[in-house]
Amino acid sequence: MSNTENFVKELADKYGRSRESLMPILQEIVDVQNYVNDEAMVNVARELDLSAAEVYGTASFYSFIETREMGEYIIRVCKTIVCDMKGKEAVLRAIEDTLKVKIGETTPDKKFTLLTTNCLGWCHKGPAMLINNEVFTELTPGKVVDIIESYMHK
Amino acid sequence: MKKTITMESNKLSRVDYIFRPETNRLDLLKRVMSKDKDDFLLELIDSGLKGRGGAGFLTGLKWKLAKEAAGDKKYVICNADEGEPGTFKDREILDRVAGKVLTGMALCGYIVGADEGYIYLRAEYRFLSPKLNKMMAGINEELKSIGLNFKLGIRYGSGAYVCGEETALIESMEGKRGEPRNKPPFPVTEGYLGKPTVVNNVETFVNTVIIAEIGYHEYKKLGTDSSRGMKLFSISGDCSKEGIFELELGMSLADFVDEFGDGDTKAVQVGGASGFCVPRKKFKETIIGFEGIPTGGSMKIFNSSRSMYNVLHNYLDFFQEESCGQCTPCRVGCQQLYKGIMAVKRRERPATYLDELVKLAETMRFASKCGLGQSVGNAFVSIVENFREEIVY
Repeated sequence: MSNTENFVKELADKYGRSRESLMPILQEIVDVQNYVNDEAMVNVARELDLSAAEVYGTASFYSFIETREMGEYIIRVCKTIVCDMKGKEAVLRAIEDTLKVKIGETTPDKKFTLLTTNCLGWCHKGPAMLINNEVFTELTPGKVVDIIESYMHK
Repeated sequence: MKKTITMESNKLSRVDYIFRPETNRLDLLKRVMSKDKDDFLLELIDSGLKGRGGAGFLTGLKWKLAKEAAGDKKYVICNADEGEPGTFKDREILDRVAGKVLTGMALCGYIVGADEGYIYLRAEYRFLSPKLNKMMAGINEELKSIGLNFKLGIRYGSGAYVCGEETALIESMEGKRGEPRNKPPFPVTEGYLGKPTVVNNVETFVNTVIIAEIGYHEYKKLGTDSSRGMKLFSISGDCSKEGIFELELGMSLADFVDEFGDGDTKAVQVGGASGFCVPRKKFKETIIGFEGIPTGGSMKIFNSSRSMYNVLHNYLDFFQEESCGQCTPCRVGCQQLYKGIMAVKRRERPATYLDELVKLAETMRFASKCGLGQSVGNAFVSIVENFREEIVY
């Protein structure tokens, strides 16, 4: 058995094999490998006795379940109105300059992926962003560079 | 307890119920359990509490329907998929007084006869999960100790605004794409896994605990006839002070802006991207509550330096991304509105094209399957009607 096969089987043992186990399984795959690749989806389909299209259909619906390769740290900058008013553009430019990537791209060392996202629920402390599950608020271009640099050394 | 800030014309009442520390959970539950379930339901209905997520259905009636629904298995779901732009009060509740939310869920489980309850937590709030999981484990033991057969658990969203719609949320929990269902049947009769299910907002559950604590008589004294009780407001934008404020419902927008605006307020977006934009000239006549403009609590304040074109562009970008794509009026409508205002701005279309877009938005209001598509027209029409010149020039 391949690593993926084993991993998915363990997840199915843990969460169950009914349809309502699908989200928790996909979510844990994302937690561990940052995105759900084709091999993982095919294996999930087999374990849960679903068609691979059903699994892909569910996975691709959700913006936090990526089906293309992502970096180890996924940066999601809030682009909704209040963060926009408070300077998210300058924050984004600072991240792009630091990482030398554009929105949607992953650094060549596969460490960071830069994305934008819809309202994170920190409007009163915008601009805000997530790095994986960690929240950062009241960002400035200077502050965000410090944060990214601290992750570079992780 | 009640601090009234007197304004020229009206009043704005700051209250403090939601974040007050929880009283003894088990005493409260035992007290409710010693009484007749239907008596409690009548009190809850009589309190006038309406759902705090925005739609405003009578909470007591929802619980009554679920209690009366046939089925040996029932569920309670707490909707913590707070995705409306400008809303962040549920995060604060779950961060500061999650115990009250869980008590409210247990209360609901007892009344309707459910033995399982789940918080559906949006992915963006995953940082709360260690704390919530720990608290749930403790409360599950407590409930067992007083003989209440109810088990709490947690499920996560994965970044989809539409899953805040209760049937989309249920689809998501069932492992499917978060596409809203046709209603009826409503979740109170056929919800999660086809079983009767109560889906309530985070703040609503806290309100039910407050009603059980202070009694429906006291609760009814807060707010107005059609908007009972207090409400958390998430206030952001061009403000003198931002954050979460607990206010009585029924205030005028003029008083609100006096208190929270920066002195140069041009417009307030009430109820988030799916709500209404109110221009300065209508502040005095606008009441915040179910008799005027209802809100899930999102209040975004814009001053005269802001372009309302940018605001509308931002909202439409949001909607065309978050539309689930299932029904054509919403999927195509959101894209056409988004492309349409850009075309007018770039002079590729005449200004009168906005009138066509308003018609499209009105069509979406009644042709869309769920609240998402039905409410895109709220912001669109209110911004275009009040700030037409800013959209065109």
